Formats: sequence, C-alpha cells, structure tokens
Amino acid sequence: MMALRSSAGRWGCRLALAAAAAATVLALARSATGQDSHALEQVQKYRQMLEEGNPAELSQARGEELWAMRRGPKHATLELCDLGLGPGRLEGAYAQLPRYFADTGRVQDVESRLVTCMTALQGLSYEQAIKDWYKPESELEALATYVSAKSKGVRIEVPAAQPAEAEMYAVGEALFFRRSGPLDFSCATCHSQTQRHVRLQRAPDFLNGADARDSMTRWPAYRASQGEVWTLERRLIDCIRQMRWPEPRYQSDALIALEVFLQKQANGGVMEAPSIKP
Amino acid sequence: MIAMLLLASCASVALGADSAEAARQRAEQVMRKSFATATAEQWNTRLAQDQTQALCSRYHDAPPQEAASEIAAQAHRSMRYPRDGNLIGNWREGEKLASMTTGGHLSTIQPEPDDHRHGGNCYACHALAAEEVAAGDLGPSLTHYGKLRGTSPEAAKFVYEKIYNAQASFPCSRMPRFGHNGWLTPEQIADTVAFLLDPESPVNK
Repeated sequence: MMALRSSAGRWGCRLALAAAAAATVLALARSATGQDSHALEQVQKYRQMLEEGNPAELSQARGEELWAMRRGPKHATLELCDLGLGPGRLEGAYAQLPRYFADTGRVQDVESRLVTCMTALQGLSYEQAIKDWYKPESELEALATYVSAKSKGVRIEVPAAQPAEAEMYAVGEALFFRRSGPLDFSCATCHSQTQRHVRLQRAPDFLNGADARDSMTRWPAYRASQGEVWTLERRLIDCIRQMRWPEPRYQSDALIALEVFLQKQANGGVMEAPSIKP
Repeated sequence: MIAMLLLASCASVALGADSAEAARQRAEQVMRKSFATATAEQWNTRLAQDQTQALCSRYHDAPPQEAASEIAAQAHRSMRYPRDGNLIGNWREGEKLASMTTGGHLSTIQPEPDDHRHGGNCYACHALAAEEVAAGDLGPSLTHYGKLRGTSPEAAKFVYEKIYNAQASFPCSRMPRFGHNGWLTPEQIADTVAFLLDPESPVNK
C-alpha cells in the first residue's frame, strides 16, 4: 500500500487500465453475446486483468487510512473495533458477517458494525458516521471496502448458532419471497432462476449455491455501470428501488436479514472482494 | 406404533409450517420498522400485500391446487377490457411501451423527477423484436409471436388477458399484473397486444 501511494505514476497507469477494462466489462454487459457461457468466459478473462487495476482499490486504500486515523471527540482510531473475531481482528471478519453481537444485542452487518465502532470508540454521532454514506466521498464505503479486502481468500461462513441469527435467516428468507407493490415483485421474481438476465444483465440465482457464491464473494464492488464502488446495502437498496418499493432505512433489519439469507446461501464461497461488476 | 409415527410426522410438518408462519409474522414486524419512513399511502400501495401476493409469497410462487384455483378465479374476475371492445390497438404505441423502463420509482438516493409515465418494460424479461438485442430472458421469447398465433379474437383475448392479469392462466406467475394493478390502462394493453400480434409490428418481421 505504501509503495502504491508513493508512485502516482503507477496509480495513474492503473487507473487508465482500470478505466479501459471497466469500459470493456460494461460493453460486454451490453453487447449482443448469444451464449451466456461465452460472455462469462470473457468476463472471467477480464476479471484477472482487472485484479491489477480495480478502481475499488482506491476506496480500499482510503479505508485503510481511515481505520488507523485518530478521529472524533475520543481522538481514537478504529484499530480496536470488534467485527466479530475480537477487537482489531480484521482478517476473515467480513467473511463471517452478518452475526450477532452481545454488546448491541443485534445481528449486524459490516456497515452497521463499523458505525457501532465509530460511535463507541471514536465518539462520533450516528449522523456523523453515516454522513454521505452513498456518495463517492463516503467513509463507510471506503472502510467496508477495506474490511472486505482483509477477507480475501477466506471462505464465507455466516454463523447461525445464536437464536437471533437463526431468526434473521428465517426473516431474510421470508423477505426474499415477499411479493408486493404495483409490479408484484419479490427478490425471487428476478433471482430464483439460473442463467437468466434482466435485459443483458445477469441476475444471479440466489437459490443456487454456485450462483450465490459467485455473486456474494464479490461485494463490495466497483460497478462499471455506475462508475462507483457499491457496498452490499447500497446494492440491495437499489434492487428495492427497482421493485418500486419505498426506500428502507439504511442499516435497517430488513436489509440485514436479507444479507444473512444471501450470505448463508453463499456459505463456502471464497471471498474475492473488492471486485468489478457490470 | 405407526399411529405414533404418523402423529409425530404430522406434528413436525405442522411445526415446520408454524415456524415458517412465525418467520413471516416476524418479517412483517421487521418490514414495518425498516420502512418506517414510508407514508401510509406508500405502505398501502407498495408494501401491503393483497391476498394473491400473500399466498404466492407463502408458497414461494408454487401454490398448491386449492390456493392456485382461488388465485386464478380471482384473476379471471378482475379482467377489464377497453371501452371500445377493441383488444388489438396501435402497435407503434405498444412498441414504445415495451421499451419504456420508467414509472413508479421512489428514491431519495437516486431520485428521478420525470418518472411519471408507466412503461411496460417488456424487454426487461422478454425477447420481442429481433432487432433489439438488449432483451432479457426471465420470461419466454416472444419474437414472431403474432406470426405463430395469428390475430383471431381468441388469440387477442388470450394475449390481452395475459398482460392484464397473467395469474389467471398461471397462478403466482412472475409477470406483473399490469391491468389488475392499474399499471397500464386497458387501451395501453391493447396497444401492447398489437405490438405482439400485428403482422406489421417489428416483433413479427
């Protein structure tokens, strides 16, 4: 990381490469490829190419800085933040979220847990912690991206032992199939058949383990179509917008319950985040 | 002994059903809290479930016979037709509706001020005119549909009712109930029927 930051030229080259590759991924997503397997092959080829130049790495680097930065009335860093594996233990933490936390009595995902740490350790208010969370300058997005990168190579394993965790899974499953609104949509409407697309965008089948693993191991992601890094909550909120539902509260239980369900469907998948998605 | 086993299996099935029902009730509480910023009108029109939605949700879109029959019967009763009785309208208007993705979006993060007109957004799920490659496949391809089906009154009625309320012929269909839910007017649906059936429509070229 230090070497990267010391070489603006190298970052410039990586950005140019990433921009070109991202544009290609976007073009692939919108091109008239007849066979899904051919398109997937192409995308996988570019995934490898993009490993070196993913724009999400900028977010990740910023998150690493924020993690170690003294902030707030308590003038403290986040280095003692407990993401489920003990204070300050980052490696593998993302891969076992969401989970139950005794100190808050809640099942929490990475985004809400970061807020817990920002408020408890640093003394920031809730509003300060989530400020501009969905905007390009978002601190939560940068921190979540950094935390996800610390789980690279680790298998997703969402715990289900706690009653609260089991309940959130059941609630998430019920919500996944819950149809409502003027278009009768549920998550399952688009995400319960394999190898299907909305327009030309692949809609992962979250009832299929392989599809779920392929999708969930790659959030957060730089979304080429948006030109932004999106966290999982950001992505879910956008799905809900397309379903013509009102906007859920950020970090609300409906979103976390869905995350528990989706992550559990992806159990065993090896984390690759942050990634690039169309 | 067999009676005990049967009772036990009945109990476990009942418990399974009970716990799924408990999860749904808990999910409703979660929905209320998580969407607390929605207005009453937004809740009623977008998040509250009618009987068909509740049944389809409960059975994960694979309803048992009795529920399926009830859903289909309600759907048949819901049908409304254009005032002039013409089920095949203007395919050029239908073509526009098929491509429009707008209507009904609610978002503070990504607001859309000019989002008033409802489109059918048919291409999200269906292939239609062969020249349009950006077509989804959540639903079957409808390319050359009119060539295959013709323009008889029976064909027009079948297609019209599919679009108005697909659950009359397929309970818990993924397809939105465009007419029943008031998303498209009967006249707009007739135009969409024309886009599918009219020999001059790009769908049939």
